[in-house]
Amino acid sequence: MVGNVLGKIRRRIDPAIAWAFGCIVLVLLIGSLYSSSFLSPEYLLQQLKVASFLGVIATGAMIVILLGQIDLSVPWVVAVGGMMATAATGWGPVGEILAIPVGIGCGIALGLVSGAGVAFLRIPSMVVTLAVNAVAQGLMVVHTGGFSPQDASSPAMRVIATGQSLLGIPNALLVWTAVGIAAVFLLTRTTFGRTVYAIGNRERAAYLSGARTRLIVMAAFALSGALSAFGGVLLAGYASKAAQAMGDPYLLPAIAAVVLGGTSILGGRGSYLGTVAGVILITLLQSILSVMQMEEFGRHVTYGVVIIAMLLIYGRGKRYSE
Amino acid sequence: MNGDWAYWLREHKGTLLAFAAFVVMFTIYAANHPMGLNANVATTAANKGVLLAIVAMAQTLVVLTSGIDLSVGMVMVLANCLASSIAVGSPLATGLGVAGVLLTGCVCGAVNGLIVIYGRLQPIVTTIATGAVYYGIALALRPVPGGDVNAALADALTGQLPGGVPASLAVLLILVAVVWLPFRRSAIGRAAYALGSSEIAAYMSGVPIRRAKFVAYTLSGLLASMAGLFLTFITYTGEASAANGGAYTLYSIAAVVLGGVSLFGGSGSAIGAIFGALMFRTIGDLLFVFNVEPLWQPLFQGLVLLAAVCLGSVRLLRIRNRLDLYG
Repeated sequence: MVGNVLGKIRRRIDPAIAWAFGCIVLVLLIGSLYSSSFLSPEYLLQQLKVASFLGVIATGAMIVILLGQIDLSVPWVVAVGGMMATAATGWGPVGEILAIPVGIGCGIALGLVSGAGVAFLRIPSMVVTLAVNAVAQGLMVVHTGGFSPQDASSPAMRVIATGQSLLGIPNALLVWTAVGIAAVFLLTRTTFGRTVYAIGNRERAAYLSGARTRLIVMAAFALSGALSAFGGVLLAGYASKAAQAMGDPYLLPAIAAVVLGGTSILGGRGSYLGTVAGVILITLLQSILSVMQMEEFGRHVTYGVVIIAMLLIYGRGKRYSE
Repeated sequence: MNGDWAYWLREHKGTLLAFAAFVVMFTIYAANHPMGLNANVATTAANKGVLLAIVAMAQTLVVLTSGIDLSVGMVMVLANCLASSIAVGSPLATGLGVAGVLLTGCVCGAVNGLIVIYGRLQPIVTTIATGAVYYGIALALRPVPGGDVNAALADALTGQLPGGVPASLAVLLILVAVVWLPFRRSAIGRAAYALGSSEIAAYMSGVPIRRAKFVAYTLSGLLASMAGLFLTFITYTGEASAANGGAYTLYSIAAVVLGGVSLFGGSGSAIGAIFGALMFRTIGDLLFVFNVEPLWQPLFQGLVLLAAVCLGSVRLLRIRNRLDLYG
């Protein structure tokens, strides 16, 4: 009886997610051998706060990866989000209210361009998002004159990125939680979500089943753009201003987090819980390596080796004979 | 005979288009350059173009197998850092150093290949992770920019041949003749094309898939390290710059696409990618010649890139059955 229930539970849990959470515990244990402060609630909350920025961005990356596509425009869409939001703040009181919507709106616009390229022009997403990234960079260079923008972020941006609410829970974490719940609802309970999975499995079949695949692809890329830009808004609020290369350190970690969480890079398979695990794992790994005062080169090497090792454990593809 | 020609044209359409576009753009560039096309202008343009062209060749080899190598830029940076330490001194020491750099590149490529083949991981994720490792090693070799390189060799390869022809173009020709053509004409190269167009069909037909993939990734690493070596010859220093590595990786993908190589694998050639790379560089130079304000240059470059990749969609107009759109 008990064995039956256990077996049922085991079948319901994706091994990839179990492994990812197992690795989180392992990383924390290794960290606690070094210093007991790794297990303190303050440290963990701080890490979750830092993870929130990556988490929001990775949510967008995940939706696009579930389609079987990839969004390489993350770096400059993040920067566009941060820069346009701070620029809007500079307009005055009205701008301060509009700062966050303006930032996200610009992200949606860029996402729609990528989405149109993929859905209607059938350009490989890797290429069109690369081009959109270049255009976004060009726009921002013109906008800022090549210098770091001087505008500060609005009070609202600072509150959602750095503030704390009751029980000392960082607001950024609450934002990520809200985004996460919305994403889970969207992916598992709506036609949009089911179609995203269907397209990721076989676009042709989804099209023949009457799904409006082009619209869904456009919407998914717009969502990814919106979330990247929102990540940029949060980052600008956190640092109280935007910067040229603020998005660069988020592209590869976002993809790595999604993949470490068991989402197939080929699309159609994966759950949001895994992405949460991947995001926390990547953030903890980066934090612990830097707290241990490992030299920068060692951090890069360890980071790469850990990703490969984890994927070799649970992320392997099928054999030819299968 | 007629049929052969038609087939040849169809197969090399992407390459020929890239070549034609490059010639047109370069002619406009040369005609409008304030100093005219003298040997120095040509040499500077050639050095920049050849550097990207070598990285694009490296990317092509992997893309042909329907993979992607996001670590080419990092292998280049690693080779750059290594070369600035060991490719210097007496001719013998320099020779050994160059061999060491190229060997390192082969090892990097082979590691990518082995993980993709035997680890059965997706190329894109694998090379993101190995790229981080290679960059880490580069940083360990050169925490701060510096180093030196054999100046005589560097000047010979980046200078001018008698007659004012840029030496880098000769380097590129030799690379094509020594690396690309033998690969293209060998059974392994055929296998790489075959597995790029349909891996499962190639497997069923007994094509040596694993060997082809391994050779493609290894040669890609080798070419990327040659690009790193060439970068050292141009700059005389080594620098572990993540921005540089990332930019060259992305540019190499752009060059490959502009050169008519299909990202889905199985069609295109490194020659096309070379012209794609030269074209990509000429876009930047054209903006300079036409006095576009420096601030607007990145935007124009982005828009031209976006327009160029959209042009590839003209083929959609010929598709009668909408189902053919969905692979």
